[in-house]
Amino acid sequence: MDGANDSAMKGACQCNGCGSDGNGTFLNPTPMLDQLESGPWPSFISGFKELAERTKKPMLRGVLDQLEYSYNTKMGYWKGGLVTVDGYGAGIITRYSMIKDKFPEAAEFHTMRIQPAPGLHYNTSMLRELCDIWEKHGSGIIALHGQTGDIMLQGIEQDKVQECFDELNQAGWDLGGAGAGMRTGVSCIGPGRCENACYDNLKLHLKALQHYVGQVHRPEWNYKLKFKFSGCPNDCTNAIMRSDLAVIGTWRDAIQVDRDEVRAWIEERGVDALVNNVINHCPTKAISLKDGDMVIETRDCVRCMHCLNAMPKALSPGKERGISLLMGGKNTLKVGVNMGSLIVPFMKMEDDDDIETFLEMIDEIIDWWDDAGLDHERIGETIERVGLKQFLEGAGIEYDINQVTRPRDNPYFKAKY
Amino acid sequence: MAIEINGRSYDTDENGYLVNLEDWNEDVALKLAEGEDITMDEAHWDLVKFLRNYYAEYQIAPAVKILTKAVATERNMDKKEASEFLYGLFPKGPALQACKIAGLPKPTGCV
Repeated sequence: MDGANDSAMKGACQCNGCGSDGNGTFLNPTPMLDQLESGPWPSFISGFKELAERTKKPMLRGVLDQLEYSYNTKMGYWKGGLVTVDGYGAGIITRYSMIKDKFPEAAEFHTMRIQPAPGLHYNTSMLRELCDIWEKHGSGIIALHGQTGDIMLQGIEQDKVQECFDELNQAGWDLGGAGAGMRTGVSCIGPGRCENACYDNLKLHLKALQHYVGQVHRPEWNYKLKFKFSGCPNDCTNAIMRSDLAVIGTWRDAIQVDRDEVRAWIEERGVDALVNNVINHCPTKAISLKDGDMVIETRDCVRCMHCLNAMPKALSPGKERGISLLMGGKNTLKVGVNMGSLIVPFMKMEDDDDIETFLEMIDEIIDWWDDAGLDHERIGETIERVGLKQFLEGAGIEYDINQVTRPRDNPYFKAKY
Repeated sequence: MAIEINGRSYDTDENGYLVNLEDWNEDVALKLAEGEDITMDEAHWDLVKFLRNYYAEYQIAPAVKILTKAVATERNMDKKEASEFLYGLFPKGPALQACKIAGLPKPTGCV
């Protein structure tokens, strides 16, 4: 291991001595990283280099040097820590270099998580201002958007964090969530630009995050809790997989069918296409062909969205719209990956009263989890551990047949309680 | 690193946390608080003592959740008020600042 370090260091050291390499460019040679640029896809290395050459920020050069070194030694050299701004307990992800003696320029490279606008609807003047502030105080690198849904401003030193935050905050931005609290919310483009949206998810996103703003900035629950708001069951935010509280638009009456458009669709593509691409793909066999026309049995429909996506002009969601709440989605942790399971099958989401009712229910759910959950336990894991019945009773949610994924298939099995 | 009080030197780590738990006394706490721009009053002392007692019993600093609940019970607040109260006392976060002043090791993790 030491031998590997030494040989890897030779390349970097020569240049660290003189500050820049012999070609007169700002950056040191990084042969390993350069390999990444040779593929057919855009490379983050190209972006890094371009930014570094333009801004001449030593921090960027340091990070590239350390990464090159990392690739040689096959080790990561970032460690965490604690950096916050006044009144906040979360929102800055700290990255200190473990080998700052070798790469002093890369000593600190903290990330600021910035909350996105609901549906990612920005105006350019705000984005320009964000970029300017960031390039003034930080490295200039922005990940739009990170896995958490935040705008990730990557690369700032601890001393500059407060100043940078103050300016961002004045410009209308706020830090996102981190730690064991409410995390940054994510929503799809919603009714702003999509005809399938069954509720105003942008408004609900905003109201919910405002309601929990204290818990976003001052984490104090068992573990993280994430909201995602999808306008329809297409679930463009991946809420079922990636959020503890998946709020997904739905409807409870029949799919709206425009008969003329159905006829036009069949005329253009033929009955074969209707059978092969729509009817046969219905997972619950809710669609049948009758006298050359399609008939949807609403009772059998599970709102999978396939037919609506295949025939966007002819079919649209029903008139009686609202949300479904699914809970427990998460990636591997104590137990494996979970998808959310249905807790509230249908809830109206039309006016401020509906939003208030919804948030009161979520408050109850969180209170229950805060008391019943263990440290570092996601809400889905808590429910799995204590049982759905206990959860429903604890949080005051009504039983519903839809909460059962499938009936017990072995009637002789008797669980021990 | 180290801090000097009344001619005696106390070892601290690179972030200014006391190295030896038993070095702590009220003068040290005042000095550490000064470094954090915090003027210690009764509420600050209560919390610092709570942290030290908790640490003595469990050998670990309490999670913020436990701290908030304890404050809420003691001061008859709801959890939200307790959280705001805590951050009012220690603006950079109770985990970060109160632990330092109480002479506990630097908390790990992202609180």
